Formats: sequence, C-alpha cells, structure tokens
Amino acid sequence: MTWSAPPGWEAVMGIEVHVELRTQSKMFCGCRVGFGEEPNIDVCPTCLGLPGAMPVANVQAIEWISLIGLALNCTISEQSVFHRKNYFYADLPKNYQISQFDIPVCHDGWLDVDVDGETVRIGIERAHQEEDTGKSTHIGEGGRIHSATQTLLDFNRSGVPLVEIVSRPDIRTPAQAKAYAQQLRAVVAELGVSDARLEEGSIRFDANVSVRPSGETELGTKVEIKNMNSFRSLEHAVSFEILRQVDELEAGGALVQETRHWDEEAGVTHGMRTKEGSSDYRYFTEPDLTPIVIDAEWRSRIAERLPELPATRRARYLDAGVDPQVAQALADSSADLRAIYDESAALGSEPRVAAHWVTGEITAWTRREDAPARITGGQLAELTAMVADGTVSASAAKDVLDGVLMGEGDPRSVAESRDLLQITDAGELQAAVDGVLAANADAVERYRNGEQKVVGFLVGQVMRVTQGKADPRAVNELLESKLG
Amino acid sequence: MPIDIDIAHVARLARLDLSPADLETYRHQLGVILEHAARVQALDTAGVEPTAHPLGMTNTFRPDEVRPSLDRDEVLSQAPEARDGYFVVPPALDQG
Amino acid sequence: MSNADLTIAAAASELRAGTITATQLLEAVFERASLTEAELHAYLTLDAERARTAAGQADARFAAGNPLGPLDGIPIALKDNMCTRGVETTCASQILAGYHPPYDATVVSRLKAGGAVITGKTNLDEFAMGSSTENSAYGPTRNPWNPERVPGGSSGGSAAAVAVGSALAALGSDTGGSIRQPASLCGVVGVKPTYGLVSRYGLIAFGSSLDQIGPFTRTVEDAATVLGVIAGHDPLDATSWRGDYPDAGSMFETGVAGMRIGVIRQLDGEGYEPEVTAMSRAMLDRLTDAGAEIVEVSIPTCDVALSTYYLIAPAEASANLARFDGIRYGLRADGSTAEEMMARTRAEGFGPEVTRRILLGTYALSAGYYDAFYGQAQKVRTLVKQEFAAAYEKVDALVSPTSPTVAFELEAKTADPLSMYLSDVCNIPANLAGHPAMTIPIGLDSQGLPVGFQVMAPALGEATMFRVAAEVERQAGFVARPAMSGVES
Repeated sequence: MTWSAPPGWEAVMGIEVHVELRTQSKMFCGCRVGFGEEPNIDVCPTCLGLPGAMPVANVQAIEWISLIGLALNCTISEQSVFHRKNYFYADLPKNYQISQFDIPVCHDGWLDVDVDGETVRIGIERAHQEEDTGKSTHIGEGGRIHSATQTLLDFNRSGVPLVEIVSRPDIRTPAQAKAYAQQLRAVVAELGVSDARLEEGSIRFDANVSVRPSGETELGTKVEIKNMNSFRSLEHAVSFEILRQVDELEAGGALVQETRHWDEEAGVTHGMRTKEGSSDYRYFTEPDLTPIVIDAEWRSRIAERLPELPATRRARYLDAGVDPQVAQALADSSADLRAIYDESAALGSEPRVAAHWVTGEITAWTRREDAPARITGGQLAELTAMVADGTVSASAAKDVLDGVLMGEGDPRSVAESRDLLQITDAGELQAAVDGVLAANADAVERYRNGEQKVVGFLVGQVMRVTQGKADPRAVNELLESKLG
Repeated sequence: MPIDIDIAHVARLARLDLSPADLETYRHQLGVILEHAARVQALDTAGVEPTAHPLGMTNTFRPDEVRPSLDRDEVLSQAPEARDGYFVVPPALDQG
Repeated sequence: MSNADLTIAAAASELRAGTITATQLLEAVFERASLTEAELHAYLTLDAERARTAAGQADARFAAGNPLGPLDGIPIALKDNMCTRGVETTCASQILAGYHPPYDATVVSRLKAGGAVITGKTNLDEFAMGSSTENSAYGPTRNPWNPERVPGGSSGGSAAAVAVGSALAALGSDTGGSIRQPASLCGVVGVKPTYGLVSRYGLIAFGSSLDQIGPFTRTVEDAATVLGVIAGHDPLDATSWRGDYPDAGSMFETGVAGMRIGVIRQLDGEGYEPEVTAMSRAMLDRLTDAGAEIVEVSIPTCDVALSTYYLIAPAEASANLARFDGIRYGLRADGSTAEEMMARTRAEGFGPEVTRRILLGTYALSAGYYDAFYGQAQKVRTLVKQEFAAAYEKVDALVSPTSPTVAFELEAKTADPLSMYLSDVCNIPANLAGHPAMTIPIGLDSQGLPVGFQVMAPALGEATMFRVAAEVERQAGFVARPAMSGVES
C-alpha cells in the first residue's frame, strides 16, 4: 500500500493536463509552430490580436483532439463549439483565450492506471481544444517576478494548439497522480500528436488537491498546484500539499480555494498573488468560428488512425506468456523495437524469450551504441531457434547477437565466422573434458572426498577451454560419469 | 425590478480605471438600459436554442498549412515600447 | 456638374470611352473634398498620394485597353474601421491614434484587385458605436443637406462623402443600422448584405455576429456593382459564406409586378415622424400601382429587437475591444504595472459611448447574469429568425421606413443614450436575423432633408431585394443633391 494521506484523512485529487499539439501551423492562423528561436517572428494579425484579425480553426488539431479523446475512451461530441474565455493578461493578445466551455470536443472517458500491481480507473471529465498564450520574461533584479522592472513579451507561442485534458477527482494517492500523468503522456506520445516533452513545456500538469476526513463524502476546499515540471515533482508537490492541508486543518485553520506554485528548490508550495474576482471568465460562444460537427463518418475515419495503445499492447504480451515486468517494458519500448518482437514471435520465436531479448540485450545495445537496433525480427527468430535446438549456447548467443547488431550478417553466419557453434562432436567434447580433469587433479580429489559442488568449477573450466561452445548440460553429464 | 449593479467590479473586470463620479454616471445609465431589457427577459424562450451564427454554418476549417508571418520590424514599429525583438511592458504581476 | 457627380456606371463607361481619365475623376473628387471637408468632415484621412498613384495605374490599364473590372479607376472611400496597410486606421478612437496596420482587410484587397482608387478613410462613431457620428474622437461629421444636423451613424463619414461627391462610393459597416441609417439621413443608397456575404477579415470588430460590410452609392445599380466586387468567400473569415453567391443585379429590370411585399406592422406608429410615415405609405401605393401586392405582416419580436441588440452587441464588443490594452499598438498610458497601465490606457483611450457599452456587455456576460441577459438575448434572436422565416413564407420581401426620423440636430440626442439608440429601431431586426437589407432615398421632407425607404429580404435574397429596390428607385425618381455639393438640382 502506497502512502496516501496521514491517518484519518483522505486526499482527493484531479489532474489537468495541457498538451501542445505538434501541428505545422497554429490553431487559428497559418503561422509556423516553431521552436523558440528569435522572439516575435512567427506572428501574424490573428495570433498577435491585431484589430480586425479573425481566427480559422486548424482541421488537423480537431482531428488530433478527437484521436486523443478516442484513446481516452471519451465520447466525441457530435457538435461542439468554441467559446471566448475572457481575462486580461499581458501575454494573452486578445485578452480572451479561444477555448471551449460547456460543449468540449471530448467528454466522459477514462484511463486505467497501474500502480503497484493494482489497476485504478481514473475518469476523464473532458478534453477540450484551446490556444496557448505568448511568453513573458520578467527582467529586473534577479529576474524574480516581484522585483521585475519590466516584462518582455514574445508571441511566437501565442495560438499554438493546446488540448486540455481534465480528469475527474478520482486520484487518491501521490503515486496514482504520478502514474496517471506518466501514462497519459505515454498515450499522447504514442498517438504522435505532441512532442509531449515536460522539460520543454509541450505537456504540462496542474493538480487539484483537497483533503477530507476519512469516511467523509463531501469534497474539501480545492487548491490548484502549478509549476511542476517532472513526474517526480508532481508526486512531491501533491504529497507536500496533502500534508500542508492536513496540518492546516488539524491546527484548526481553514483552507482557501487558491492557486499555489510548486517551488522545486524549497520543496514547498506558495500561494500566488491573485486579484479578487479574477475568476469571472465571462464565457460566451466565439462568434468568429462555426460549430464543430463530427458525424459518425468523420469519427470513424479518425478512429481508423488510432494505434494500439500501451495498455492494450501490454495485455497482448501478457496473453502471449511474456513475464509481467518484461511486458510492461516492451509495451513502453519504441515502435521499431516492438516490431522486432512482433515479427520474431510471428516467425515462431517463443514470445517470452523474444521479449527478453528485445527488452534486455537488444535495448541495452541500442542505448550503449546510441543507434537503432540493426536486427530484423527474422534474424531474432533464427537466433532464438538456434538456442532452442542447441546450435549455440545461451551465452554464445549474446556474442552472436552482437555480431548481428554490428552488421556482420545473419546469426548462423556470425556464429560460424566468430566460431561460436556449439560443440556437437562427442570426441571433441570428450577430449576437452579429459584435458580439464588432467589439469585439475586436486579438484578431482576434492570431489572424490565428497565436495560435490566442485563439479560446477570443472564445468566452468571446460566452458572456458571450449570458449563457451560446449553445451553445459552435456559437459555436466560427461563429467559426472567420468568422476562417478 | 430595480437593477443593482456593482459597477466598480464590472469596471475592474473590463480593465477600465474610471473615477468614482464616472462610475456612478455609468451605473445609472446601465440601469436605465437594462430596465428595457426586462422586456427581453419576459419572453418565453423555453426550449429555444440560442443563435450563435446567423446562417447556421458549421465546420469551417483551414488545412494545417504554414502561411507567411508578418515582418517583425513592421509589427514592432506600432508598439508603444519594444526592444530586442520583444514588446516591452511594465511588470506583469497578476495572473487573471 | 463635375465628374465627381458621376455614377459609377457613367464614370466606368466614360473611362472606357476615354472621355475622362481616372486621374481626372480622382482630381474632381479631391476638388469636391477640398470645397466641402472644412465644414463636412467626412474624412479622417485623405490618402492623396497613394490614390494618385492608383489612378495613374488605372489610366495605364485603360490606355492599354485592359481594365480590371467595373470599379477600375473608381474613387472609393473606406470607413476608418477597415484595416489599410500603412494607412492610419483609428476607428475614430484615441486608443488607435497613429495606428498603421501591417495588413489590408479583405475588402480592401478585393477593391485594390479590382482597380478601385481608395481615396481615404472616413469618419465614424468611435468603434462604430453610435447613430450620429458625434462619438468620433476627432470631431463630428455634418450632414451635407444641413450642416446643423447629423449625418447619422455610425458610418456617417462614408454616407456624407458619397452624398456630397467626395467619393463615388464608400464602404461602411452595419452592426445595427450603421450603413442604412446614415444612408437614409444623407439621401444615398446603403446596403447591408446577408451576414457572411462580405468578409469581415480586417474589419475592426464591434459585434461579430452582427457586423457586415456594405456599400454606399448614389444608385441601386452602383450598389450592386460594388457588392459584386467585395462579396465572395474568404478563407480568412470562418463565418464567410461558402455556398453560391447571389447575383444582386440580376433582376433590376424585372419590376415588382406579381410580387408580394410585406409591411411590418411593428415598424410604424408612435415615434415615427409624420412626413416619414406619409412618404413611406406613398411609396407603398406606387409599388401597388407597379403591380405588387402589399401585405401587412406581424413580427412581434421587432418590438424587443432593440433591447435584444443592446445585450448582444455590447457583450461581443466587450471582448472584441479587450485587445486594446496599450501593449502592441495604439495609445499607452503610464502605469507601474502592466495591469495598471492597461486599465489607465483603456480609461483614457475609449470615449464615453464605447466605455458605456463595454461596461454593459461585461455586466451582461458576468457571473450570475449571463443566463438572464446574454443567454436570453441569443434565444430571442432565434425567435426573431423564426418570425422572419414565417413572414417570408407569405411575402417575397419586407419594407419599412429606414429611420423613424430625418436627420436630427447635433447634440439633440447625445445626453440621452436611449433616444439615440431608438434611431436604429427599424434596422436592427435584419442584423439579428442575419438578413440583407438596404435603403433607397425616396425624397426630401418639407425641411429639405432626405427620407429613406428600407427593403429587406431573406438570407442570400439579394437579387430579390435589389429587384424591389430598383423599382423603388424608379418610382421615387430621386435626383436631388445637397447644396453643399454645388450641383444644381
């Protein structure tokens, strides 16, 4: 059982995720979605909020948010609309954000999250389409916001398509919060609709945290936590916040509904200065845009592009007999590695064995060499077959694999050229065993005095002499018969 | 129905720094206009869908294609203050 | 009679015949402006240099025998809420003083592509909010028929310029009568097309679900010509119509025989000047004589259209005008924080009527009031559309006076916003429904002030509307010109 909240208390959390879509152009104009080069170069009348400019929605974004919704088991609204969310801020050029209010593109879905071997279903309330803001840089003493003397504004990011995914308050522990965020990121990355990089802000997490006495059904006062830029800091921040709230309440204090900033260095959350009444967003239908109608035909065309998701894959691997941990690792592996597994399994590799090779030796090689795996599923199938029928030993197989990955050819030719084929000639093996027995008379003596485990040492000596090409089982049998 | 308008709150929402005297004038004028709106409120609109688009158009989209952006110098030439390619403002402190 | 008094149709044929040049035409228009502007103040900016260059280019095309279209070489003025690249565009507001947009509105691009010569930017009520052009931060425009009177608004500058001959045509925008009411008060033709027919891209927004650009001209035919150039689908405006476009001028000569024309019962009676009512009724008689059947129809929501409009338009405006914050363009006031700077800039930069409407709209959208005000108004709008749809099952077109009054005196209504708002009572229903509507001058009242007659049609029914308008124009035979233009009539 993971840590949830101090005894007598229960934490109730929801997570809001903002995902930047990696479209070519922005949400409502043709400006490039760039990578923060020079300031204010990817701007036009629309994303700068110039007088008279108008938005036109990017159809790719609409298809991608639908794809996200489908992946999260959401209902796709047959008709949804854009709203204006009105608030003034220097980096929001129109001083309203085009977003969605009561009818988002996606609603009422869920995501199953595995935490410590337990599956928890987290409800998804909605996923809606909106646009990003510009970026503010506060300059002045120390660059700190409250001592800033000026703010610099760059609108390159203004209007980049943003999908906001809002979970239901189904999360009870910091570990669940972290797992939900990780799994959601994996889904979005799998769909290929976002770079989904936390460090670059292309996926951002905010958490709503409240606590209540165990057994209570009413929700406590909700506090929104922002500025968490890693999964670890998400877990730490909500842990801290749960304790802070419980401490406050146990000390007889009251909580205020507010937004708090996670301070990574200090490991605490801070209240943010906000204006009273600032949350009246005066939503109304965006009159410059038309409603989005996604009929069954369009919906099914989008659904055809839905790839197999990590959770589905993992279940498929488990069904094939892959060990649970390996199945998870394989499910999270890159598409090319998974393809090697799939192909080799299709060509007759034992799934459990092929999965081990892919997530073990092959993955290790790609990391070490920082290169894509240069092995086909067919080659892996050949290698596993060679191990299974004793053509190469398990330890020699690693050398064979290395040869294949280094581009030396198919497994059999590598095994031949590297001289790794298992010794099948009885006379050759006999000679090797005899040689080892002769050279280790003292060990033979100890064996005869009842020290049976010495046989293991002798097997190792034979393997060394044969450079790993002997079948250890056969060596063992031969030794025991000679010593017996 | 007399209409009670928290005009200072409304002005704050609209980011208008108005004098108390001006606020009072506007509060009175808004009251008069909104009294006329009572006739709108009196209409039975049960089951009526709101109109958002006069012609009922839907699904107007653009393809995901990049179009040229504006020349930055021309854009910044209109700004009250700009430096090093940025728009410059007094410190922006309060979100919301 | 100078070249400035030519219709577009006449000027176009003379340009093609080589009897005048575009440059001569432009100079005649500028000469008229130089005689009238001091008193009239129709223009905020006269863009002489660019206009002369454009006229010269038009002349080169005529000399080469390949003009661009019916507006090639025609001097046309633009209401100063349409963005013109490099030409100051102020919306008659202090907050945009000195603003030079980096792009052209789509209508401007279309006019330029058609060879039109843009003379300059005309005066308006600040951000198109008003009915008299007195809400301009740069001083009012006067009525060319009587300088003691207003030209109407908000597109008063465009109406006055066309009436007096300092442009052959002008564009205006109509959110709740802002083309038709000033056209009526200045004695010219003014058209609010079907919502979505003319791109709004580059029109500085007021009430986005209501705004529509349209032409001011001296004849119905000229209006159709201008509309034909500016109308068309624009991929930059998501609300721009994607279907077939009506051919406004296709039934000019057809007449109204056999048509059923509806008179809206609610747009009559109290508050209408007797002469306006009498002249409208006389026109109905003439249309009857011309073979139309006049039918009285009831559209009860016309009684609440004005109040509905004053919930919707200000609400949309409150968001549309939020972008004027002193950061990227226009006026900036001092402030120690961005927040303080914005609030001061906006308080200083917006005039009283704009401030009033921003406050009204903000209130109508704010928490706890949305359903009662904005939400309810959008539902009433649906009722308006339904009632118009029912009416159009019985009639081909609807008619009414354009304005309950002729031009009123300056400052007559400035102290009482509601009395000013009532000036647009006949115009607003068409904006709420998104339908086309236009005004045709039908004569002068006993004070020598023009009276207009409004024709409305269902969405995309421009051909029908112009068919009736052409008959109204023939029946009225209105050829008078204001004394200020110097034309003997």
